[in-house]
Amino acid sequence: MTGYIELSIWDIVLAALFLALNAVLSITLRLRLERQLLIAALRMIVQLLMIGLVLRAVFAAGSPWLTLALACAMVGFAGYEILARQQSRLAGLWGYTLGAGAMTAAGSIVTLVALTSQIQPEPWWSPQYALPIFGMILGNTMTGVSLGLDTLHATLAAERRAIEAQLLLGRTSLEAMLPMIRRALRSGFTPIINAMAATGVVSLPGMMTGQILSGVDPQEAVKYQLLIMFLIGGATGLGVLGAVIGSAQRLTDSRHRLRLDRLADAGR
Amino acid sequence: MLAIEDLRTPLIGPVSLAVERGQISALLGPSGSGKSLILRAIVDLDPNEGTVTLDVQERASMPAPEWRRRVALVPAESGWWADRVCDHFDAESELAGLLEAVELPEALDWYVARLSSGERHRLAIVRALANRPDALLLDEPTATLDEHATGLVEALIRDQCERGVAVLLVTHDEAQPARLSAGRHRVERGRLVSLPGVAL
Repeated sequence: MTGYIELSIWDIVLAALFLALNAVLSITLRLRLERQLLIAALRMIVQLLMIGLVLRAVFAAGSPWLTLALACAMVGFAGYEILARQQSRLAGLWGYTLGAGAMTAAGSIVTLVALTSQIQPEPWWSPQYALPIFGMILGNTMTGVSLGLDTLHATLAAERRAIEAQLLLGRTSLEAMLPMIRRALRSGFTPIINAMAATGVVSLPGMMTGQILSGVDPQEAVKYQLLIMFLIGGATGLGVLGAVIGSAQRLTDSRHRLRLDRLADAGR
Repeated sequence: MLAIEDLRTPLIGPVSLAVERGQISALLGPSGSGKSLILRAIVDLDPNEGTVTLDVQERASMPAPEWRRRVALVPAESGWWADRVCDHFDAESELAGLLEAVELPEALDWYVARLSSGERHRLAIVRALANRPDALLLDEPTATLDEHATGLVEALIRDQCERGVAVLLVTHDEAQPARLSAGRHRVERGRLVSLPGVAL
């Protein structure tokens, strides 16, 4: 183990030269990608520098309230992302709250349990542990929930005639909607299942790579990675289940109707 | 008797109408006048207000699935949820007679994808009748059918009527009510305008 090697600013500039080379190629080959490349790179630089500053300040302050505030800001961004990724979403307040609520509940429960019973930093809400772990769990749950909801709403709308045909023959709304609910759950679960199946063979997960680069023994890094993957899997499952079942419930009523009128089209 | 009182949704009504068992009533009117919406509201597929009763039983007093088994609606365009025709029918129901009546006795073994629109529609009617409903609502039951198939379906409707089923149908075929000895109602902007019909 060599321990942690600190990077100088020139190391980073040198790495950026490869990206600059791509931009030059784009100009000479007239691919017209240079502008997008530049903007994306600048965004990344600004966002990462800022989060670096914010995290350093929050770590130094060591305040539970500041930690909570940052966690809430992460929830806000993730909630907006869930909304933006659905072609059609529940109308009204439900659209804003259901997906974000399921994601937040599942992510918070799993993070709290992990911090208090497994990782056990001192204090348990220590921002250095709580924020990165909450972020990883939240990000994955967000992807699952938005995929699940998007699939549910799209398939219910596409299969409307088939669902109503079953309702008209006296089936319950659960019987008629179950295939679409299953499809939505499967689509929400797929990314995490794929990630678990491919991890360690196709790519080394980012967090594990980071720990190895900073000098942690690979065996220890693997333990952390396994822990985080189980937490992510658990939170994604709970979040997707809660959001899809909640939304399916909202799209029917006590008289076993299909209530597509409760969907609003997001302006793409 | 299927009795509808003050049925209304934001788009239709108030509509009041009664169809005796063994009687046929026809709703006529321009496209977009709300005929199909009236049928959907009767089977409680769209949120609506008003009282609907079958004989002495009120719709609100029974679960919606049970109501829809007793008051069957066959929409203008049928929905299918499985690949094979037989998967859309209960295994126990006695279908042979009904399938004979629409001249599709072999259809259970077929795939839905290879059915013509007329075949689909005839099978959708059979599917609804397999539940032995007490009232039958048909939305343009013969619009996609040729003359021969129209005759088959009309005979089937008459047969149901003789068995004491109350039949309410939507049609654009002005001659159909007379062929079925049906009462006529005109629908305009979601409301009923009664016409001097052919009495039974």
